[in-house]
Amino acid sequence: MSKKKNIFQRLGESPVWKSIFRSGVPRTRRQRMMSVLNSVFLHLHPVRLPRHAVKLKFTWCMGGLTFFLYLVLTITGILLMFYYRPTVEYAYTDIIDLREQVPLGIMREIHRWGAHAMVITVWLHMFRVFMTGSYKPPREFNWVVGVILLFLTLLLSFTGYLLPWDQLAIWAVTVGTNMARATPFLGHEGPGAALLSLGDINFVHAASDIRFALLGGRFVGESALLRFYVLHCIGLPFIIMIFMAVHFWRVRKDGGISGPT
Amino acid sequence: MVELKHFINGISHPTVILTVILFIYPFIFPPTNWFEKWNKRLKFDFFWTKKGLITVYTFFIGFMIIGVQDENAKHILLKPDNVPIVGLLFLVHFFLWLSMNQGMKNDKLIDAGEKPNEYHDPKDKVLVWPDLVYIELIALVLLMAFLLVWSIGLEAPLEQPANPTNSPNPAKAPWYFLGLQEMLVYFDPWLAGVVFPTLMIIGLMAIPYIDINREVSGFYSFKHRRIAASIFIFGWLWLWINLIMVGTFLRGPNWNFFGPFEYWDLHKLEVLTNINLSDLIYIKLLGVGLPENILLREIFGFIVFFGYFLIMPPLLAKTVFKKLHQSMGNFKYGVFIFLVLSMVALPIKMYLRWIFNLKYIIAIPEFFLNI
Repeated sequence: MSKKKNIFQRLGESPVWKSIFRSGVPRTRRQRMMSVLNSVFLHLHPVRLPRHAVKLKFTWCMGGLTFFLYLVLTITGILLMFYYRPTVEYAYTDIIDLREQVPLGIMREIHRWGAHAMVITVWLHMFRVFMTGSYKPPREFNWVVGVILLFLTLLLSFTGYLLPWDQLAIWAVTVGTNMARATPFLGHEGPGAALLSLGDINFVHAASDIRFALLGGRFVGESALLRFYVLHCIGLPFIIMIFMAVHFWRVRKDGGISGPT
Repeated sequence: MVELKHFINGISHPTVILTVILFIYPFIFPPTNWFEKWNKRLKFDFFWTKKGLITVYTFFIGFMIIGVQDENAKHILLKPDNVPIVGLLFLVHFFLWLSMNQGMKNDKLIDAGEKPNEYHDPKDKVLVWPDLVYIELIALVLLMAFLLVWSIGLEAPLEQPANPTNSPNPAKAPWYFLGLQEMLVYFDPWLAGVVFPTLMIIGLMAIPYIDINREVSGFYSFKHRRIAASIFIFGWLWLWINLIMVGTFLRGPNWNFFGPFEYWDLHKLEVLTNINLSDLIYIKLLGVGLPENILLREIFGFIVFFGYFLIMPPLLAKTVFKKLHQSMGNFKYGVFIFLVLSMVALPIKMYLRWIFNLKYIIAIPEFFLNI
């Protein structure tokens, strides 16, 4: 044992540090393995991996970056919620305030560009998984979960698009939700909707179809804004987290990242 | 320069660009031996070499440099919400190149009876701490830095406050849905906005259950799973991403086509003389009026539609997909061929529109059932 220890060494051996990170500072092989095993975050990974599995050329790191962007979007989103009120009266002016009154006002930019980037990273992750044939047994179902996650990512991005309540937002969402009018059987301009009637009474009309349920009205207005806000901030993040948990769990259970045999 | 811009405007039209794409596609991503022979002969594997990447990027960057100097192109390229799509163009091509480049190398190794590049001795493993954790950390820091620079440099768009009485022209969906909006040109909303997206999700989910090739997994390869790969790349890259590009950069007021260097003229007129299949047959060919009875009126449309989805599959099973059908069995083949035919229906309808001005194959506006 050397006489002089520097401050980091002493910190690493202090009871406080050891109570938090049980295995101490990971210097030996055993400590390094234990540091992965003992951490709730790191144990998403196995302790050891085949050589190809850590190469950027193989993984592109896209799945990890997607998850990271999700975390960035959650944090910036929570901060934005402090300043934003989802009503027709205040929504737009709150966005103006965010831009002009809030110090270091780039939260909205990080949130918006991060959301665009997340759509792209999800796509590229899917592309990587396809090109390496990683959806094949035993990982078939995890690919299905991944497709659901892609779909939920697009929905999250779409619901968030309305919130600034400017011309770009309202018309993009109008164009998007107008298609729901034509859903077979469930939309009032969809094929088959006319069949769901009793005598002269139509069950599916402009005030009862699936578009009405989505918007809470016949057009994109006050209640649509509230619905999209709740879906964007609570509903969809809640659902996507469940699927993400399943996705990560199964990556691990199906033997980690795929590789040649 | 003006001639060059005119030329680019001309070839950007969907009729030209999609035709070129469709005809070159199987030679670049060969699904059969015959196409592969031509792929070798035409030296299309050049695209997946380092020089190939540099060549394509030179074209991209050259286009961007010319683009930002042109008033009209600058307007659409540098519009804040379009910047990610310009990025998408570069990123998608880079990662396509990266996967194909590694795939080609692996294909050669496998043909020589060796293991792919990804293969390492199973006993020779690395520790996650620190070998993976530090890569992840660097990736996170770089992405965060990039995101911060992007956010400081480019302000998020904010237009005039929402006004339900004043619709902009064109009114565009968010960029990732522009492929669907582009499909609206060729199909009614119940197909373009509801049925096709549903089929896309189901089709993607079905991939692992349809693909019966179990061996080639866990490494990059093209040749040894060329049917699966060429269909996927066709659907994802050449239809989905490509239609997003068309919808974003090449569609202006009234959803008319505009070349990248063309001014978005509100008053540009495009003649619309689209007619239905029933009109085409009863009025133009037979010279009689449309029958009263809906079923009789649309009988030819039904024949085409059911012929496509019911007679084509067994026909293809006997000819082109003979081997595939035998190894897949009836049920898997049925699902596979339905999804493929649905996907191919989009380019088919596009060509019917461009060549015959065909509006609907089956047109029953009484029940909103137009195909």
